[in-house]
Amino acid sequence: MIKKIFLILIIFFPFNSYGLIKVDITRGNLNPLPLAVSPLAIDDNSKKEFEKILDKKNIGSEISTIVEKNLKTSGLFNPLNKEAFLQKPDIANLKPRFEDWQLIKAQALITGKVSYVDEKLRVEFRLWDILAGREMMALAFTTVPTNWRRVGHIISDKVYERLTGEKGYFDTRIIYVAEEGPKTQRVKKLAIMDQDGFNNKFLTLGNELVLTPRFNRTSQMVTYLSYFRNLPRVYLLDIETGTQEVVGDFPGMTFAPRFSPDGKKIIMSFAKDGNSDIYTMDLESRVVDRITNHPSIDTSPSYSPDGKYISFNSDRSGYQQIYVMDSNGKNVKRISFGNGLYGTPVWSPRGDLIAFTKLHKGKFYIGVMRTDGSGERLLTENFYQEAPSWSPNGRVLIFYRETKTDDKGEGFSAKLWSIDLTGYNERQVKTPTDASDPSWSSLLSN
Amino acid sequence: MSRSIIISSILHALLIMITAMSLPFLAKKPIDLPPIVSIELIQITDKTNIPFAPKAKKTIEKIKEKEKKLVSEQAPPKKIKKIKPDSVPMPDDEVKKLEKPKEDKQNPEKIDEEIKQVSEFEKDELFDPNNIAALIDKSKEEVAETTKKTNKVTQDQERSVENVGLSLSEEDALKAQIFGCWSIPLGLPYNENLLVRIKLKLKPDGSIISSEILDHARMNKPGQGFYKVLAESALRAIKLCQPLRVPSTGYERWKDLQLNFDAREMLEG
Repeated sequence: MIKKIFLILIIFFPFNSYGLIKVDITRGNLNPLPLAVSPLAIDDNSKKEFEKILDKKNIGSEISTIVEKNLKTSGLFNPLNKEAFLQKPDIANLKPRFEDWQLIKAQALITGKVSYVDEKLRVEFRLWDILAGREMMALAFTTVPTNWRRVGHIISDKVYERLTGEKGYFDTRIIYVAEEGPKTQRVKKLAIMDQDGFNNKFLTLGNELVLTPRFNRTSQMVTYLSYFRNLPRVYLLDIETGTQEVVGDFPGMTFAPRFSPDGKKIIMSFAKDGNSDIYTMDLESRVVDRITNHPSIDTSPSYSPDGKYISFNSDRSGYQQIYVMDSNGKNVKRISFGNGLYGTPVWSPRGDLIAFTKLHKGKFYIGVMRTDGSGERLLTENFYQEAPSWSPNGRVLIFYRETKTDDKGEGFSAKLWSIDLTGYNERQVKTPTDASDPSWSSLLSN
Repeated sequence: MSRSIIISSILHALLIMITAMSLPFLAKKPIDLPPIVSIELIQITDKTNIPFAPKAKKTIEKIKEKEKKLVSEQAPPKKIKKIKPDSVPMPDDEVKKLEKPKEDKQNPEKIDEEIKQVSEFEKDELFDPNNIAALIDKSKEEVAETTKKTNKVTQDQERSVENVGLSLSEEDALKAQIFGCWSIPLGLPYNENLLVRIKLKLKPDGSIISSEILDHARMNKPGQGFYKVLAESALRAIKLCQPLRVPSTGYERWKDLQLNFDAREMLEG
């Protein structure tokens, strides 16, 4: 009887329990993160010393300006106006008053200190999470004073990595072909600069035509094509030491040498017996291997970052399209199927995308697609643009764009541009002369 | 001769009977599937306040005439002030406006005065996600005074809503608020399992007493840098958003809340 009553009670007793409510947040905003870059604090003595050595009045604020510019150009951050800052750099460096920074809507804060120690530049910097009210990162490094710009780039990279989850791309260089003179008589020199356009240097004199410089992903080595007595020659150039080496002379139609991901081989296309195919050359043994063997024109090879696959363009289907194959030349698969012609495929360092140039109805596009050809996205359209090259983190592409020549044959120019994967953040990279064929280095410091 | 006529007539009768019995089955119409209607996603409140379409006017008038006879013994309806569309809605006005449809169910005579096309603009003015729960609550009290039978039904419904969780509109309001605050770290890989679950303890006003990441151990494990970045961005979003847009009633049911942050959809593009 008691059992029955108990049962009835259990059945009819109105339970009023509350389960934990779960809400799925699957969307957010892609607005740049507001952050404050406080000028690096500097004591009077160090200030004087650096002014003597570097001819810069306040090296602390110069470095913070580099950080600010880098983060802004990435399109992912919105550095706040320094005039709105309520706390002075020297105090903020010790312990920021988070309320003051919250007031100006900053979500992160960079503070730091520069000092002159044993004839060297020492920088300490900290990244603060304003909303959580805690330190996210603190680092210090020492270097020769002339390296001050790189210090700014390294700080930018560390902040970028801590806040976005991927490595930065600021402490890098870009090698490109500097062009001068009228279109019919262009002088082409090899040039190198920091990714923000500073420290520009010319590496060749311009006596010979230079083409398609490409960085090695593992070292500061560059391979490029130059014409010697009207014959293409593939060179290796060590940026650190300046030494140059001839890899070999190749037949007439040689194009676009590029390093393998381990830096031990060069992959390129050249025409043997009138047929353009893809070849690799081992840099140690100088042995040349043929990868494709097809009567069509196969060019622009590019390795996947793991070295297992090669993407290239070929007209074997009748029109120029992008193909992917195993690194030994087997399992050739066409991946581009859209309207128009596809060329210059470049595999992203992250391995997930292939960037390309597309020609459709007289317009040139730079776009990306997945490695199986799906998810094609065109990022930018123009009269003439080509040769995309990836930033080392696989988020930004640099390429060159030419403007139309007017009726008098004037007004022609070629400039470098960068665009990120969103397609919205397009910027011109300033160069002292006209420029083409850019190639982005890997990070100088890791 | 007569025998064959009898047999024939019996067979005929049988045939007619079979036909008569089977015909309705043969004539049965196929299942009447409603046509596919495209749906626009809007924020739905617990209490629907749909503007009346001109077509509905006739139908409502018909019902009104029928009901007139039935409800004739009921007290005459209250006179309701018409609100000018461009007048600023005061909090009291809003309550009245949203109450009306509930009353209309009881007393269709009022519908006549209510019929008007409400523009989207006006709807927006009236809509305040923070006040919905308060309005529902007040309307419940009102209904309780007037009719007891229907009250029982609505109470049961309310209870089921409470046990299930937040209503669609409440959840949408909260989501919309956090969507605006959450800056997604764009560098995260989209093909990895990155789901950050955060348990919150809330005050009745929606501000946060404590927040706890459920897989806290993963934050400091080597190789989980992406998870850490995502978790931190989620925590920033919650801090930036507080006080959270929670219903103003039913504190007991949402005082503990779990938010699951998943950026894959956005990162995949």
